[in-house]
Amino acid sequence: MFALFHYSLRNLWTRRLTTVLTASGMALVVFVFAATLMLARGLEETLIQTGSYDNVIVIRKGSVSEVQSGIERGQAAIVESLPYIASSREGKSLVVKEMLVLVGLPKRDTGKISHVSIRGTQGHALLLRPQIKPVAGRLPRPGSFEMLAGSSIARRFKGGGLREELYCGIRHWQVVGIFDAGNSGFDSEIWGDVDQVMQAFRRPVYSSVTFKLRNAQDLDAARKMIEGDPRLSLEAKRETRYYEEQSEMMAKFLRILGISLTAVFSLGAMIGAMITMYASVATRTAEIGTLRALGFGRRYILTAFLMESLLLGLVGGCTGLFFAAFMQLLTISTINFQTFSELAFRFTLTADITLKTLLFSLVMGFTGGFLPAVRASRMKIIDALRAA
Amino acid sequence: MLIVRLLFKNAFRHKFRAFLTILSITIAILAFVMLRTVIGAWYAGVDASSASRLVSRNAVSIIFPLPLSYKDRIHQVDGVHLVSYGNWFGGIYIDEKNFFANFAVEPRSYLELYPEYVLSSKEREAFLKDRKAFAAGRKLAAKYGWKIGDIVTLRGTIYPGNWDFVLRAIYRGKTDSVDETQFFFHWDYLNETLKKTAPSRADEVGFYMIGVTNPDLSSAVTTAIDQTFKNSRAETVTETEKAFQQGFIAMSGAIITAIEVVSFVVIFIMLAVVANTMAMTSRERTGEYAILKTLGFGGWAIGGLIAGESVIISLCGCLAGITLAFPAAEIFKKALGMYFPIFTVEASSLVMAFASSLAVGILAAIVPIQRAIAIRIADGLRRIG
Repeated sequence: MFALFHYSLRNLWTRRLTTVLTASGMALVVFVFAATLMLARGLEETLIQTGSYDNVIVIRKGSVSEVQSGIERGQAAIVESLPYIASSREGKSLVVKEMLVLVGLPKRDTGKISHVSIRGTQGHALLLRPQIKPVAGRLPRPGSFEMLAGSSIARRFKGGGLREELYCGIRHWQVVGIFDAGNSGFDSEIWGDVDQVMQAFRRPVYSSVTFKLRNAQDLDAARKMIEGDPRLSLEAKRETRYYEEQSEMMAKFLRILGISLTAVFSLGAMIGAMITMYASVATRTAEIGTLRALGFGRRYILTAFLMESLLLGLVGGCTGLFFAAFMQLLTISTINFQTFSELAFRFTLTADITLKTLLFSLVMGFTGGFLPAVRASRMKIIDALRAA
Repeated sequence: MLIVRLLFKNAFRHKFRAFLTILSITIAILAFVMLRTVIGAWYAGVDASSASRLVSRNAVSIIFPLPLSYKDRIHQVDGVHLVSYGNWFGGIYIDEKNFFANFAVEPRSYLELYPEYVLSSKEREAFLKDRKAFAAGRKLAAKYGWKIGDIVTLRGTIYPGNWDFVLRAIYRGKTDSVDETQFFFHWDYLNETLKKTAPSRADEVGFYMIGVTNPDLSSAVTTAIDQTFKNSRAETVTETEKAFQQGFIAMSGAIITAIEVVSFVVIFIMLAVVANTMAMTSRERTGEYAILKTLGFGGWAIGGLIAGESVIISLCGCLAGITLAFPAAEIFKKALGMYFPIFTVEASSLVMAFASSLAVGILAAIVPIQRAIAIRIADGLRRIG
């Protein structure tokens, strides 16, 4: 078995140029394959991390996102008085009434306008979202025109940085602090005081009410109470579920795009591998004959050539994956079709993706090498020896 | 002529290998053209927009409305001859998967402003008369099998409730580049209902569509309108329809860039395959090259043979790919017409495909040529395999 492996490896080495070219074709395909998976994964991870399992978000029935939703003050007060809401150590009820609006802001690098979410919120919102940590500056004073910007906004948008000024809603807002939300969707938001935001944007309604359940299992009871109340036309869902839904369309789009692209590209690369392997078989006819004459069986020859092409696939797979891993340094920032607001997410490499990618490259190697290997194993000893 | 024959003979000496190489180039070129076309489809809305139409929206962002009272004030601006208005409705037909654009518009001025939506005069009359009427594009109606007189219910996301509409008109595009997948209905229907259910949201307009008398006046009119509402409760941003559309596309710029990058990756994959074929071919023919050298052909003549062969192979693949691109685009259009209403292969992508295969053909030959030139006759003749 070891001799076999050695034989395959030496063959690849002898035809270095061909090996490099074939493997680099495969590496490119693997790169695209891994990168799209990483992108879809990064998007999902960002939105999953945004929600907390025991938080419940309440929005108007039928509205898909917070931006479309509207909850009147009276209705919000009813939700606030639900018995299932947890309270903080100081005895404060863990519920926030928030308003989300989209505002067009220019990007730092291109100056192009994109939609950024501004969240009018209350001071204790940080207690509900422990993943958010202020990293620079200070917290805004309640009731002021001060704002707290997510780290992704601070980097990418004009006026979003510390001590910079934003102009929107005919008002100047001072960014007094930056928070880091651990790669969650909140990183792409700017937070201000809810009452000030409501006034500035002249919207007399909240967008959502979010509360923390005292007991994570109470969701159904709370939901029944909210959705059964004739005064409210609201719906409640877990925050995790809500944010997952927000990314569904986009993640699906990325997946379909990625899969159809790699399917087509891999055809090209597999044909490349096939060409290489056929040539490899053709030039080694005499060698094959000799091996057979020495007593190596057909199965042995088949395995040797399959192994060679699997190795080829593996080299391509590892190279592709190596370069794809660097993509993790990149952050993609684009509009989420569903919420229509800017969202930043990273290419995320997981063990699962690594495995899938390597498997994919092996499959490519196998498919490309199968027919040539079969041809090699079917050669008649006499004919093969005569070819030399 | 003899040279060309020799080149073809060489290229197809290994018929199976040549076939595989060409097949792989065909696939690559096909993928390249399709990707370019997808990018083009993204920009189709921009290309279809008219230079003599402006769009006014709230300066804060598109989700904020403007008061209805702005209509008359916009009309008073010099150079404006037509004002229509509308709201994005964002309704869902049965399931979220069935996405199509649907909005409320003031129908009379809208149809006047958008002459590219062609309605038969009978249907136009019926559509204008019935407040609950809606008009749908030909492709949209065909997709869901709607016929004139059918009642269609949309579930509102921005405006809560179930909304019933009657199909009174099916429009056609004046040219191929007109989007035939839209759904529009009477703004009054929306507004009158809101007056009853949510009076605070009534009499508000999502965007104004403005026709100017002369496209040259656009920039003056734009400034004049924005000046009119400066420092008011709802400031406006007015831009040409083209800029408005471009603004939307710029927001998803990262994705377009990614597709663009990937479309060039496929060219490199192609390069790897062709270069590999050429490397193998020239390796096998080292002996022949040595003989040619013995006969007195210089290194460059042999290089020319290799380059010519490589270019022939890659151009064969390119032509096959381009030929297949048209039927493929048709299939694509049928399958994904709802997402990409306009999906036409552009001449520029074909030119790019041709240029890149030419480049691939030449680049792929570089290393083999270097080797062929460098080889010494005695070594070449001695070498086996």
